Amino acid sequence: MQAEQVIVTEKLTKKFGDFTAVDEITFQVNKGEIFGFLGANGAGKTTAMKMLIGIWEPTSGRASIAGFDIYKDMEQVKKNIGYMSQRFSLYEDIPVIENIRFFGGIYGLSKKQIKIKSAELLEQLGMTHEAKTIVSALPLGWKQKLAFSIAIIHDPKIVFLDEPTGGVDPITRRKFWELIYAAAASGVTVFVTTHYMDEAEYCDRISIMVDGKIEALDTPANLKKQYNAASIDEIFTQLARGAKRKAD
Amino acid sequence: MQQFYVFVKKEFYHIFRDKKSLLIIFALPIAQMLIFGFALTNEIKNTEIAILDGAHDEASQALIAQFEASKYFEIKKTITTTAEADMAFKADEIKLALIIPPNFKAELAHSNSARIQILADATDPNTATTLEVYAGAIVRDYQNGITNNYRLPYSITAEIRMLYNPQLKGAYLFVPGVMGMILLLISAMMTSISIVREKELNTMEIILASPLKPIILILSKAVPYMVISLINVSTILIISVTLLDLPIHGSLMLVMGVSFLFITTALSLGLMISNITDSQQTAMFISLMGLMLPTLILSGFMFPIENMPYPMQLLSNIVPTKWFFIIIKDVMIKGLGFASVWKEIAILFGMTLLFLGISWKKFKMRLE
Repeated sequence: MQAEQVIVTEKLTKKFGDFTAVDEITFQVNKGEIFGFLGANGAGKTTAMKMLIGIWEPTSGRASIAGFDIYKDMEQVKKNIGYMSQRFSLYEDIPVIENIRFFGGIYGLSKKQIKIKSAELLEQLGMTHEAKTIVSALPLGWKQKLAFSIAIIHDPKIVFLDEPTGGVDPITRRKFWELIYAAAASGVTVFVTTHYMDEAEYCDRISIMVDGKIEALDTPANLKKQYNAASIDEIFTQLARGAKRKAD
Repeated sequence: MQQFYVFVKKEFYHIFRDKKSLLIIFALPIAQMLIFGFALTNEIKNTEIAILDGAHDEASQALIAQFEASKYFEIKKTITTTAEADMAFKADEIKLALIIPPNFKAELAHSNSARIQILADATDPNTATTLEVYAGAIVRDYQNGITNNYRLPYSITAEIRMLYNPQLKGAYLFVPGVMGMILLLISAMMTSISIVREKELNTMEIILASPLKPIILILSKAVPYMVISLINVSTILIISVTLLDLPIHGSLMLVMGVSFLFITTALSLGLMISNITDSQQTAMFISLMGLMLPTLILSGFMFPIENMPYPMQLLSNIVPTKWFFIIIKDVMIKGLGFASVWKEIAILFGMTLLFLGISWKKFKMRLE
């Protein structure tokens, strides 16, 4: 049975002057899948993601998100996606509940929806008593969980996570991934970039980008078979060795 | 609407959480008004002077009496030698000395010309010039008094009236100046910083990836500072009318309307700055150097534009605060109406449209 494809790209390219950051990438992501987007720093994974979420316009190629074309229907695309950026991005100087209200509001939820959703979200995270706490007073692990929950507060079809677990310890990372699994189980498609190779093993399928191109794409198990490697880390090192671009 | 509401609410949260910015926003205008109003006045009042009366006759007494009667001068000491005057200047006891030679009355009566000497402390040349003019006026007054008595066949008396600001109050000029400065500082600098901060924190990316329309983003950033600036205009006007005794001669509605327009100008400048840079520091630097400095130097508030070299006069035309300053000065002090200042208003309006156009185009490009 053919699964529903929620992200489809065809020769998607982004050039900055002479520099081709993303070079004709073509891939599909199925509904409810956790899709890992791997690559060394500077390989072009963040650039590719920013084209998909509408921050940058592609130079050429085509892509559709949740069935909407990223050139023609960006507004519809934006209504159907959530995004959590690389650097931690909540407002540190305002309370937890106000962050939830703000992002709920700009994602287009009504006042009533925000009220229901924020209570639900705090309950889920076990942070009901922290509602009025200023975000900067929370531990980093909590902030990241909060940021993720806020990114899916409007029940998007797809959530884009750009290195969501940077800078936290392995135990907190594991807990964060439990949230990702829970979201995927409820039907949200997860598109995640990472440079932690152990996290790659948690994904349903992964792609590895080198110099702006997708060099490998399959399930972790199949890739290991194909490259005759014991871990994703090994495959990654093999591929990255061929890279001409220096990491920034 | 919900989007706009939560965004504006969040902006106010930021403003009220940060005590430092709160202080800048609300205390700065009050502090500036009080400093300019009371401390930095260039009015001459009760200046202490010394008098050397070498003549001790009726004529010299009459002249001294005129000085005594003037509220500009206060006779601190009576001296007998010029060396004493020198010492008093050095001790900073006096700012001006009046020296009347012996035989003052006799010379006046017989040769029709008498000499007196006025010494002024010119370490501060502006004050010295002003003092000399005031002292000269008193002497001329006295002279007119006697010529009338002698009934000369003809005499010309120039009657000087200081229009619109008869008391030569310095405050009249600085009120529009402070208004322009505060509005520019708060609207342009604070707006640009608050937008750039979103870029620094990376929250801008989330906002751009959300369905929020750019126009709502811009309006949400502008509205809080618009409200705060209007409060500041009111504070400045209230201080000016009550504490500094400077009434608004023209229409209050016109003053508020023009202030509203100028706040929009400043907001659009802030928007432009936020497009140029991604760092709060740079935004603040550009606001201070690129906006405040020209405002101080080229708006006519500190230095008269007519006295500047021609190229500088031309340059002053692109400083929006100059036009705001002219309009507010004309309306508040001269009491002129819209018909007299519509040209300046049109220029300011045109500038605002231009800045808004540029920043809108730039902003769109960033999204691509």
